[in-house]
Amino acid sequence: MTLDLSPLWISLKTASTATVITIILGIALARWMVFGGGKGKEVIDTLVIMPMVLPPTVVGFALLLIFGKSGAIGQLLATVGASVVFSWPATVITATVVAIPLMYRTARGAFEQIEVNSIDAARVLGASDWYIFWRIIIPVSLPGIIAGIILSFARALGEFGATIMLAGNIPGKTQTIPLAIFLAVESGETQTAFIWAGIVLLISLSAILAMNYWSKIQYKFDQRVRS
Amino acid sequence: MDLVVDIKKDYKDFKLEIKFQANQETMGILGASGSGKSMTLRSIAGIVIPDRGRIVLNGRTLFDSEKGINLSVQERRVGLLFQNYALFPNLTVRENIAFGIRKLPGVERLRRVEEKMGAMQINHLHDKYPYQLSGGEQQRTALARTLVTEPGCLLLDEPFSALDNHIRGQLEKELLDIFASYDGVTLFVTHNLEECYRVSKNILVMDKGKAISCGCRDEVFLTPPNVKTAMLTGCKNISAMGRVNKHTVKAVEWGCNLEVDEQNIDGYTHLGIREHHVTMVDDGDLPNTFPCRVSRVVETPFSVTIFLKIDGRGGGTDRDYDIQVETSKEAYALQRDQIYPWYVQIKPAHLFFMTE
Repeated sequence: MTLDLSPLWISLKTASTATVITIILGIALARWMVFGGGKGKEVIDTLVIMPMVLPPTVVGFALLLIFGKSGAIGQLLATVGASVVFSWPATVITATVVAIPLMYRTARGAFEQIEVNSIDAARVLGASDWYIFWRIIIPVSLPGIIAGIILSFARALGEFGATIMLAGNIPGKTQTIPLAIFLAVESGETQTAFIWAGIVLLISLSAILAMNYWSKIQYKFDQRVRS
Repeated sequence: MDLVVDIKKDYKDFKLEIKFQANQETMGILGASGSGKSMTLRSIAGIVIPDRGRIVLNGRTLFDSEKGINLSVQERRVGLLFQNYALFPNLTVRENIAFGIRKLPGVERLRRVEEKMGAMQINHLHDKYPYQLSGGEQQRTALARTLVTEPGCLLLDEPFSALDNHIRGQLEKELLDIFASYDGVTLFVTHNLEECYRVSKNILVMDKGKAISCGCRDEVFLTPPNVKTAMLTGCKNISAMGRVNKHTVKAVEWGCNLEVDEQNIDGYTHLGIREHHVTMVDDGDLPNTFPCRVSRVVETPFSVTIFLKIDGRGGGTDRDYDIQVETSKEAYALQRDQIYPWYVQIKPAHLFFMTE
């Protein structure tokens, strides 16, 4: 039996791309929520959190409505001759949408832990908001952010329901590992399903171990991590 | 070197409306918690933006609502020291101190950081993180971090309140040396009146967002202009008064008539006397001397406070008393053997008069 490895590469590519987008968007959103001003925070917060509480198939259905031929973004893309439905970018879109709530919530939690006085102290000492963000906020909340990254990556890697709705199950194109497992089980290839399940387990475990190890050596200033 | 503050800010349940001027001499801001002391400092630093008014530091306008000037926190260049130090947990002591002068050239930066660490005696801690420091060491680091930027004024927000007494006294002495060598405006916020007196030359007393008195420390402590100030500066014996004749007033709460030195007391509504100025005497014929009964006695390590009820006015229970007397342990030991009635004297010279 020869195993088609394409689901592995597609999964890794999708999960990594989605995680990178999730980190940027999730942290930017969390930063705005905690430190930024402006209105409409509750509405945005609810919208971002929604995919976490909705069944993935509902998320997929909603995305299909938005990105489909008659959807707002779908029509916009059609004007430049592009379409995301049943294409690889669709796997990234769904993985990102379901992973963002995790990144956003954990980053927000970490930011909220930071003592407001130390941020005010930094401003009084003449530091710009950007400098404070990179020099104080990010380093101090890195353990939380790393946890968010691990959770987001795992979620993106395991995404199934919304992906099959928006991206379909096209081998070599949009078929990620969870979809391959589904197909294998459905067609009675238990052994293939086992192999894929094992691979997913390996990837997830090593990601968690690597990040935990890294955060430990990085966090010499944080008593909680050290002891 | 001076600071002019005249600001207003409305919140739903609090109104800050304060106006004062400070010069090179350290000004202590005294007030109960929630009186707006910290908010005043934060307004000067630019963390809180007032609704109206202006703030001028050393001739430089930091805020002026009429002219539409509002310098950003970063541009104001003031030094603000927080009660809980607010050090950056991810930076070492040296990095914390260098934070505010990171734009200086490397050599100069290093020189100034080393100099300040030396002055605050924290050289040996340079590569430690804040969590590894004691409270006193953290506050020294925070002080060094502020002073190294050579700020236009120093604003200290209850800098010692999280420290234990021993370290507190030590740091207070060092702080006085720093104030002496610092030639800018210094504002020192505290709710500890003794600390306030020791550290400051001038005192501003705040209550409910307003300045209720302001002046040199002895003026404020010895002749508080109003009842709130007297209470905040620790005066325990205050009574409403009514005029009887030229030399006599009636202390309403204490139910007695008191002789007063000939002076102009028109317009005053209350009188007060500090508890250590009230004395126990043997001779009932002295001026302003009344027989009294003891309601309660409270001992502290080195002094005794006696709660007295002027005789013939009932009472005698724990909470029913007219006047508090503070006396030394030794004096109380002698007094305890005296036969009743005891006599309490309220010397005219020690009485002061206030408005509501």
